[in-house]
Amino acid sequence: MLWSLYGNVLVQGVLTGLVYGLMALGLSVIFGVVRVVNFAHGEFAVVAMYAAFVLFRSFGLDPFLSMLPIAAAFFVIGYGLQRTLINPFVSRPEHEQFILLVGLAIIMVNGTLMIFGPDARSANLPYSFDSWEIGPIILDKVRVYAAIAALAVAALLFAFFRFTSTGVAIRACADNLVGAAVVGLNVKQLYALTFGLGLACVGAAGALMVTLTDATPMIAPAFTLLAFTIVIIGGMGSMAGAIVGGLLIGIAEAMASVVIAPSMKTMVSFGLLVLVLALRPQGLLGRRA
Amino acid sequence: MTTLLDVRGATKRFRGLTAVDNVSLSVSEGEIFAVIGPNGAGKTTLFNLIAGVMKPDAGSITFDGAPSAGVPPHELCRRGLARTFQIVRPFPELTVMENATIGAMMRAADMDAARAHAGEVLRRLDLWDRRDARAKSLTLPDRKRLECARALATEPRLLLLDEVMAGLRPTEVDRIVAILKDINREGVTILLIEHVMRATMALAGRIHVLHHGATIAEGTPDEVTRHPKVLESYLGAEAL
Amino acid sequence: MNPFTLLARLVDEAPRRALVLLAVLVAVLLVAPVALDRYLLSVFFLIFWFATVGQAWNVMMGLCGQLSLGHALYVGLGGYVGAVLWVKFGISPAIAIVPAVLVAMAFGAAIGWLGFRFGIEGVYFALLTIAFAEVTRIGFDNWSYVGGAAGFFIPVTAGGGSAINLRGGPLLFYYVALALMVAAFVICAALRRSRLGHAWLAVREDPEAARALGINVFRAKMAAVIVSSAMTAVAGVVYAFYQSNLFPSQSFDIARSIEMILAPIIGGLGTLFGPILGAFILTPLGQTLIALVEKIAGRAIPGVNLVFYGAALMVMIWFAPNGIWPWLKKKLGIPEERS
Repeated sequence: MLWSLYGNVLVQGVLTGLVYGLMALGLSVIFGVVRVVNFAHGEFAVVAMYAAFVLFRSFGLDPFLSMLPIAAAFFVIGYGLQRTLINPFVSRPEHEQFILLVGLAIIMVNGTLMIFGPDARSANLPYSFDSWEIGPIILDKVRVYAAIAALAVAALLFAFFRFTSTGVAIRACADNLVGAAVVGLNVKQLYALTFGLGLACVGAAGALMVTLTDATPMIAPAFTLLAFTIVIIGGMGSMAGAIVGGLLIGIAEAMASVVIAPSMKTMVSFGLLVLVLALRPQGLLGRRA
Repeated sequence: MTTLLDVRGATKRFRGLTAVDNVSLSVSEGEIFAVIGPNGAGKTTLFNLIAGVMKPDAGSITFDGAPSAGVPPHELCRRGLARTFQIVRPFPELTVMENATIGAMMRAADMDAARAHAGEVLRRLDLWDRRDARAKSLTLPDRKRLECARALATEPRLLLLDEVMAGLRPTEVDRIVAILKDINREGVTILLIEHVMRATMALAGRIHVLHHGATIAEGTPDEVTRHPKVLESYLGAEAL
Repeated sequence: MNPFTLLARLVDEAPRRALVLLAVLVAVLLVAPVALDRYLLSVFFLIFWFATVGQAWNVMMGLCGQLSLGHALYVGLGGYVGAVLWVKFGISPAIAIVPAVLVAMAFGAAIGWLGFRFGIEGVYFALLTIAFAEVTRIGFDNWSYVGGAAGFFIPVTAGGGSAINLRGGPLLFYYVALALMVAAFVICAALRRSRLGHAWLAVREDPEAARALGINVFRAKMAAVIVSSAMTAVAGVVYAFYQSNLFPSQSFDIARSIEMILAPIIGGLGTLFGPILGAFILTPLGQTLIALVEKIAGRAIPGVNLVFYGAALMVMIWFAPNGIWPWLKKKLGIPEERS
């Protein structure tokens, strides 16, 4: 009986962790290439959640479909942001980049608060309580869909960086900026594309997140922290690290809320974070600087 | 003469590349000693070993009679070993006076004494007039002298200079050579790592030549410039 | 050096015009309450309070270059220790300030040790500070002895409702906070000129070069986080008694941590007048905005002042990353601060 409980918790952790991973992937890609930490990451996730919520409530558009236009819109927003706001800050000191993005984050979270109010909103999909049973394991339909969708988006991004010439050029920028500029790559353009892709990830992840949990503006800083924790655990700038970190945190949080207490799940992920920072500061899959 | 710095068989490898290969040298109290060699000869690595930034993989380094390999830089500074950086690193947002004061405060009884001592050092390095300027606004020669001033303000027994002449015009090199000679006359031992030959010849009593991480010669400037291996590997292309 | 000679020294060597400015400001603020109503007194309390904690945070970031985003932690800890000792044991906050400061210093030292010993820097260190504040928040949420998530309350007139026990009206808190602001300024001015202050500046500018000049970088950073957390905890005790209530979700909130760092950033990082100037600009603007929106919309809209703060931050960092004070200083003809 106990083992089937743990089994279920584990599966749930893995499925949620993949969505976390997708969100963190966006942060990691942006950091790995543009070298800017997107301190407004969780805020973007929350805005995407509200976008998916509104699209569902007003037009009945299923979040698993609306994630596509939302990701596309976020790509455009990210591209524009990098071109206008962020690019002048790329070579500025770290704390100045941070302040710029914190300013943006504060506006986003409180703007959402002003529009939607502080109450939690839930999408209530018609099939949100459907599930499959495989032996003792119960699979929530939405969680499975969300995990598959997250994996698919992540796989697309991997393929883009591996097989397209633009993706390879972006990786060249990340490895050797001067070299990339010397061989004539348009670094500004590639940075903007990367920021766009990073936000597309978080846009898709936000849309998926609305199927798993309620949307409230105040959850944004927690998402930023979550994405950050995952990326540091997995290794800053490592794409695979973000997914692995997401899985790890997803499992750890699910386990902690059952084994210890629901309120302790954040404690457990921060405990993991502190451990990683102390023992392996470059992260599990990160390269030593 | 007593030995102030003694390097015995120092070796440092980076991923299979031996940057410093079994180098031994000893610097006596009161002399000006130079280490020269072409780019990539391992000078900077040797410098970092002596300055406590890196630990040698093999061999020993003794400063003032006590082992110094692996001793952290701030501890070495207390023991009387001061250094400059090849790419100068003044504190950019602070004034020239503040830069020197920070160097001076380690041995000063209080901040007034530190400021007074910093003032003396600045006068001596012709920076007194610039004392209220921010370090980032200085010209390269001024910044190089500030770097020396800051190190000198710690009242070292051994001053390690990492290519302080690089990038300076001949008149500026002459100016700094005169200052260094003056400092040496007052009892500060100097170890130079240099690329600029003219200044090295004018300053150093003894020269140690590195090539591909290993010692190829050591002696007075005259002896070194006549050494066939040195001619072949280093001077050949540049000085003749 | 006794405190009076130190003070005399500061007066001697600080730029004249800056001192005149400061003296006039303090004199005006001392008599100002005769013309202020309850609401304005509370606005001024907030200005002084934010100037104080801004000054404390500035020790870490402005002087030593260590970015902390979890300073609400020390406010909350100071507040809880002071409040619990008063309500449960009848210990006056005037005394409880000592354990409050010690507890905050212990947390600061733990974060500092973990961060600096393992070479965690910049954004990573900032995240560590947030993580500690979050973990502490969760801990207090679940600690029923101090009220848990439902909060902890200080009865408005418990025991002797006297000034020494921080039980009083807005006027009392006006003067207490003014004293805090002045004290924080004097402490920071003294630190800025001290050996430790110079070590901090060196570490901020270039840790590697600082090390080569005999500065123990780890120790300097530890000193910065400890001094900063201690100063913040004092302000935390006062804030708890001003509010008369404490909730973990507010006390340790990242939003508060960020609100605390706005004034020094807007005013000028690493400057002595920056945190004060920033608080005098930001707090009234924010309060005016809240009142204005309430008038226009007919109800309070939460978040309005924060949207404004966010925009102010972005505009400031875009156009004047060094803050307003360096610019204003030039306008007023005040020379650079001599070391």
